[in-house]
Amino acid sequence: MYTPEMLGLVKTVEQSRERRLKETFPRLTAEEKTNILRSYHPDYMEGSMRPVMVGPNAGDSMPHAHADLLESRSLADVDGLPLDKVDYDVDVLVIGGGGAGTAAALLAAEEGAGVLLATKLRHGDANTMMAEGGIQAADKENDSPAIHYLDAMGGGGFTNIPELVRALVADAPRCIQWLESLGCMFSKDPDGTMNSNHGGGTSRKRMHFAHDYTGAEIMRTLRDEARNRGIRVVEFSPAVELLTDELGQCAGAVLYNLETGQYLIVRAKTAVIATGGSGRLHINDSPTTNHYGATADGLVIAYRAGARLVFLDATQFHPTGVAFPEQIVGQLVTEKVRGLGAQLVNIDGEQFIYPLETRDAVSSAIIRECRERRKGIGVPSGYGVWLDSPMIETIHGKGTIEKELPAMFRQYIRFGINMAELPIIVYPTLHYQNGGILINDKAESGVPNLYVAGEASGGVHGRNRLMGNSLLDIIVFGRRAGKNAAEKAKSVRLGSLTLEHTKRFNEELRQLGLGRRVAPILLPDYRGKISG
Amino acid sequence: MTGESTMVSIYIMGKQYEVPDGVTIMKAMEFAGYRFIRGCGCRGGFCGACGTVYRTPGNFRLKVGLACATMVEAGMHLAQIPFYPANRAAYDLQALAPTLGTLRQHYPEMTRCLGCNQCTRICPQGLPVMDYIAAAQCGDLEKTAHQSFDCIMCGLCASRCPAEIVQYNVGILARRLFGRHIAPPARHLAQRVQDIEAGKFDDELERLMRMGREELQKRYYARDIE
Ligand SMILES: Cc1cc2nc3c(=O)[nH]c(=O)nc-3n(C[C@H](O)[C@H](O)[C@H](O)COP(=O)(O)OP(=O)(O)OC[C@H]3O[C@@H](n4cnc5c(N)ncnc54)[C@H](O)[C@@H]3O)c2cc1C
Ligand code: SF4
Ligand code: SF4
Ligand code: FES
Repeated sequence: MYTPEMLGLVKTVEQSRERRLKETFPRLTAEEKTNILRSYHPDYMEGSMRPVMVGPNAGDSMPHAHADLLESRSLADVDGLPLDKVDYDVDVLVIGGGGAGTAAALLAAEEGAGVLLATKLRHGDANTMMAEGGIQAADKENDSPAIHYLDAMGGGGFTNIPELVRALVADAPRCIQWLESLGCMFSKDPDGTMNSNHGGGTSRKRMHFAHDYTGAEIMRTLRDEARNRGIRVVEFSPAVELLTDELGQCAGAVLYNLETGQYLIVRAKTAVIATGGSGRLHINDSPTTNHYGATADGLVIAYRAGARLVFLDATQFHPTGVAFPEQIVGQLVTEKVRGLGAQLVNIDGEQFIYPLETRDAVSSAIIRECRERRKGIGVPSGYGVWLDSPMIETIHGKGTIEKELPAMFRQYIRFGINMAELPIIVYPTLHYQNGGILINDKAESGVPNLYVAGEASGGVHGRNRLMGNSLLDIIVFGRRAGKNAAEKAKSVRLGSLTLEHTKRFNEELRQLGLGRRVAPILLPDYRGKISG
Repeated sequence: MTGESTMVSIYIMGKQYEVPDGVTIMKAMEFAGYRFIRGCGCRGGFCGACGTVYRTPGNFRLKVGLACATMVEAGMHLAQIPFYPANRAAYDLQALAPTLGTLRQHYPEMTRCLGCNQCTRICPQGLPVMDYIAAAQCGDLEKTAHQSFDCIMCGLCASRCPAEIVQYNVGILARRLFGRHIAPPARHLAQRVQDIEAGKFDDELERLMRMGREELQKRYYARDIE
């Protein structure tokens, strides 16, 4: 419920709505965009990063939260852990039960591999489940993989790795078709034509969706299929360390049963890391949209085995996180709200940015509007700007919000705010890890037999991911990782299992006077606090 | 919010804690000292991990909600239901027909519905659960698919069903049958997949991949927008 003061301010938004409906705010030029990012994006804030001291990326700058983790010693007692009793002996171990991991497990099983999927929470408790807005694919007449390529490169500031972007855009239609064939209920016309919208930074309407439960629909379909195929899944058993053999090849992982406190040894010919992102590290003390298990575990364990990380210094803040009500601060307001025509408006009822600029630019503009120009709306956690959601009803007809954005509508009505009638208040929130473990277009990391897919990987999106390219990424590279890992497993000969790489890493830390903390952290600790 | 807000008493599995008024059950439990392993997934109303039952003073009714989306109330007694055993059929979707027979074959208990409406009353998503089961009983897969679409598979409906039906598993079977066998496939999609496999876009992509940053940038800022 809004306060009476807020309801007073809503009037200004309502009064300017008719004028704004006819107004298109000019897009940023290349130069304006560079300037606004440099001046206001959290990545460029003084003191938000530091160079990491050890490992393959020693000397590279990244957020303190990531550097802290990479400079931590093992969680498991690697010197005392017996490796002779193997609990699971498989061809392919998939670590992480989100969209990327489940796609990988399905494809690996299809190749005939014996697969184990180990995950930290329940299968499907993942960022994938939360994605609302949509998934990109260039499959309409006026669109092409080449146009998609250009959009993705521009969105990433031309830093994306070309071979990865090519894989992304060229596999996209095939991946959507795969999901369609698994019974994913995409929003369609009666003749089967896919409904599609714009997302921030797209030049064609190529955002496919399933109302605003797109990620949930993909996740539950893949999970259901994995269950049908009898793929073995162990829940509440995160990987806390990779295993290697004498040749330095990845040879499996150590799992930790969160409920019993036991360690489990998995020997695997190949492994796929699909552990997702790191929003729960609360970079820059920001609240986050991410699920409970987004703590960068995969990066930590792969790093110790020698994998290189890229673009960790580029964090995605989603421009429209909930700023009010307080109970759900930081949760996502999907970009689809802007895709359907809602504008961003300051306290005076004026637009200040083209609503579908890339996320980094829109976030920066909102921060500027509040911090510098002082045209934000005060809320208990600081400030925010209006997102004029009722415009959607004016443009597309009454009832559109409840029909097209049921999750959003529900999120607000639970707290007494009807977003079809009243604008909502938003502020940037920590959303996505643009970077991660460097891969090639086969989803291989630099460590032999170790594959990576999804948000845990880096390079596909360069410094800034576009909406809808992440759900796409997890299917494209999840499938590639699963298929290639299964293929490779056929010819792998493993030596004996060791944890030598972690012992060496711990020793290096000790010599540098680091390693006072332990990692991976597995779950955030909110005891005695109110979390963001 | 913690600073100036008033505190209320709640009872977590019978034990009293003081927590800030106005926060969600999930945040209140953490404030009280819990560190979740089960009972917490997305923290945003999408995964169904956090089903919670509770009663409030002076009200005989058993209430339910998602811990991540329900506010604490003074004097509430609560417990989470992080897991509820459910019957689930395995199937080969591609080989199935989208018919009533298929639903009944996999979930014969579906026909035992007593029409008690407990499931609809309890659903934290506000879905017409009894209605989508009724539609399934009539073989109206399309209706079941649409009415159950926003289901987050939290399991609360099944926990209350006197007929021991697992509504959400019936729902997902109906949805997948609908998506695979009833909704027409997208023709433009099939066409594009064919064109890509025939190599129609290879040259253009190769050229873009070799292009320097400046040229790419020029093209990017000059591209026309639909
Ligand atoms: C609220 C929200 C909305 C979004 N909306 C969109 C959108 O509209 N379009 C889009 O393209 N993208 C969107 N994204 C981004 C996208 O959903 C994610 O980037 C993507 O789904 C990540 O998939 P993943 O499989 O890599 O990781 P996840 O889906 O997060 O899965 C990772 C899994 O690994 C588990 N795990 C973590 N550590 C370990 C460990 N040590 N051992 C074992 N398992 C572990 C996690 O618990 C989780 O289950 C959104 C993200 C969020 C949070
Ligand atoms: S239908 Fe059942 S499982 Fe689905 S959201 Fe409602 S109560 Fe939960
Ligand atoms: S709770 Fe069970 S018996 Fe009662 S209406 Fe729902 S499905 Fe039917
Ligand atoms: S934690 Fe996912 S629905 Fe509450």
